[in-house]
Amino acid sequence: MTSTRTEAATAAPDVRGKARLADREGFLAWAMLLPSVVYIVALVGVPFLLAIAFAFSDVTTGDPSFDFVGFDNFRAVFDDGVFWRALRNTLVFTLASMVLIVVFGKILANILVADFHGKWFVRFLVLLPWTTPVALSTISWLWFLDSIYSPVDWVLRHLGLIDGNVVWLGRPGTAMASVVAVQAWRLTPLAAVIVMAGLVAIPRDIDEAARIDGAGFWRRMVEVTIPLTLPVIAVAALFGAIMTFTDMTVSYVLTRGGPTHATDVLASWAYFRGIEGGDVGQGAAIALFLFPLLLAGAIAILRAVRRLEAG
Amino acid sequence: MHTVQVQGLVKTFDGHVRARRRGRGDRVRALDGVDLAAEPGEYLVLLGPSGCGKTTLLRTIAGLEQPTEGEVLIGGHVVNGLPPRVRQVAMVFQSYALYPHKTVRDNIVFPLRAERMARDERERKAAWAADLLDIGPLMGRKPRQLSGGERQRVALARALVREPAVFLLDEPLSNLDAKMRATARDELKRFQERVGTTTIYVTHDQAEAMGLGDRIAVLERGRVRQVGTPQEVYDDPADTFVATFIGSPPMNLVRRDDLLVGFRPEHLLPEEVVPSGERVAMPLRVERMEYLSGDRHVYGTVSGIGEETRVIARLPATVTTPLVAGEEHRFAVEPHRLRFFDAEEGTRAPAVPVDGGPIGGAR
Repeated sequence: MTSTRTEAATAAPDVRGKARLADREGFLAWAMLLPSVVYIVALVGVPFLLAIAFAFSDVTTGDPSFDFVGFDNFRAVFDDGVFWRALRNTLVFTLASMVLIVVFGKILANILVADFHGKWFVRFLVLLPWTTPVALSTISWLWFLDSIYSPVDWVLRHLGLIDGNVVWLGRPGTAMASVVAVQAWRLTPLAAVIVMAGLVAIPRDIDEAARIDGAGFWRRMVEVTIPLTLPVIAVAALFGAIMTFTDMTVSYVLTRGGPTHATDVLASWAYFRGIEGGDVGQGAAIALFLFPLLLAGAIAILRAVRRLEAG
Repeated sequence: MHTVQVQGLVKTFDGHVRARRRGRGDRVRALDGVDLAAEPGEYLVLLGPSGCGKTTLLRTIAGLEQPTEGEVLIGGHVVNGLPPRVRQVAMVFQSYALYPHKTVRDNIVFPLRAERMARDERERKAAWAADLLDIGPLMGRKPRQLSGGERQRVALARALVREPAVFLLDEPLSNLDAKMRATARDELKRFQERVGTTTIYVTHDQAEAMGLGDRIAVLERGRVRQVGTPQEVYDDPADTFVATFIGSPPMNLVRRDDLLVGFRPEHLLPEEVVPSGERVAMPLRVERMEYLSGDRHVYGTVSGIGEETRVIARLPATVTTPLVAGEEHRFAVEPHRLRFFDAEEGTRAPAVPVDGGPIGGAR
């Protein structure tokens, strides 16, 4: 009896040992969060404060000395019709793209979760627009929509739908439609993947119960699938909206904001004014208008995520 | 009321699509030639261990799975290839599968809306079902605000409103705690007696099966081992699988030449309490005893009637014979309680005379 007890005592772990580095969660949390905090402060926080400072200054690329000028920049910006046009364009561009992204994203998500032969190939194709660098894919779209050699026109002409060339990027209406189409094409895969995650999370039982209950495809879609994936669809929509709202690549590469500012958005107009035009103060003032809308978007995303967590 | 019948049902599941194309997908035969029929108004229970194909069979009847071979008949009509919608079946899932975003009322009327029934008719039916299952006060709640038992009743109400030809229930009690389960079992049985709909009930719990079923179909590895009343499958098991799967503790099987001699633990009693006259006596070396809800479960080794085998005897509280672990005692079984099985095939074999021999005789 005594011998077994001694053995048990020696076998017991030594409780006097210190907690090791990996056990100190408070310290670890700080150490691991620090890089991202530094990153965000350096690349988001500081530029944001700089933008606010520049918006109230007369800094230009030719004269970088800082002089406080109050609301002069804002006054100048408001007096310029192009600013209002760009603001309106941004809203149209964002809303139209968001609607298309969500609708196509939902449809593609259904294709992504379906089980059929060659599904990996279809998945690859679906994700391709998302993985291609924006500038590259936009340039190929530029060729697609070329005023003379456009294959789109060629097809439409041969189908007998149009007579001459459309000149997609040369007219205000079609130019905006083209920019929206390319943006939607680019962001749809992201939305599709997000919505797909939501679709996969629906218990299979529930869809089967709806089948047994006699619901056809559309009733299941409208009454079961869409309500259950609504929070995820909202996240996809907000992602699409924010990424479109701040985007200037597509309109910059495709149309340079033309024809006559028809596709200028806030981001591109801020760039043209502030960097290419050299008036950094005005550019910053324009760019600041992105902020309140983005803030609202971010809050909406966080709310949707919280609702998802609450389940 | 309708009959439900399956004939020569085979269902194989292939591995992944790509694996199949490369010709090395392993095929699983979930159902391996099942013939079964539920009479109109009958309560048929499919009982078997997990992976025996009972849920696949139920899902095939529902139309959620298509059979690889064979036919499903409901009310005498072949329904192969028909979607669940037109089969007039209602199913209660193990998880209940209530629509989480709909209120109890909307859950219940959902099948009726799918049928495009008029609103007032719908409300009347929902009220009737809610009344029958006593969930009237819950109609405005969402599923997550309900307890397990309440959810189960809502799922039943949703299945009921459509007045289906067949009820299919997939382990509907397994998510309830033990106490709830006994009450819910009783409710389910009385409920089915009242509506009289043909019901097929899947479970792995033999107590549920014995308590609920008019007949029980015991399945193993995609085959029906035995179909019969609870009494038949308990008293006259068709093979050793049924004999050992049903009953807790299971039937004792003792090998004797090329036969297995089977007897239930409650029939193995101290010799003095078995009516004299015809009895098969055997010495039992007591190893361990458990005292469970008034009964004594005696674990020991018998010899004499065949090879030495570990067996269990269940002594009712009325038997007070003193037994001590480590000692040998004479036990006996009435001969008409013995069941015989082929040792190789496991199937039932004709009875042969058996005698126990003297204490310690086989050693």
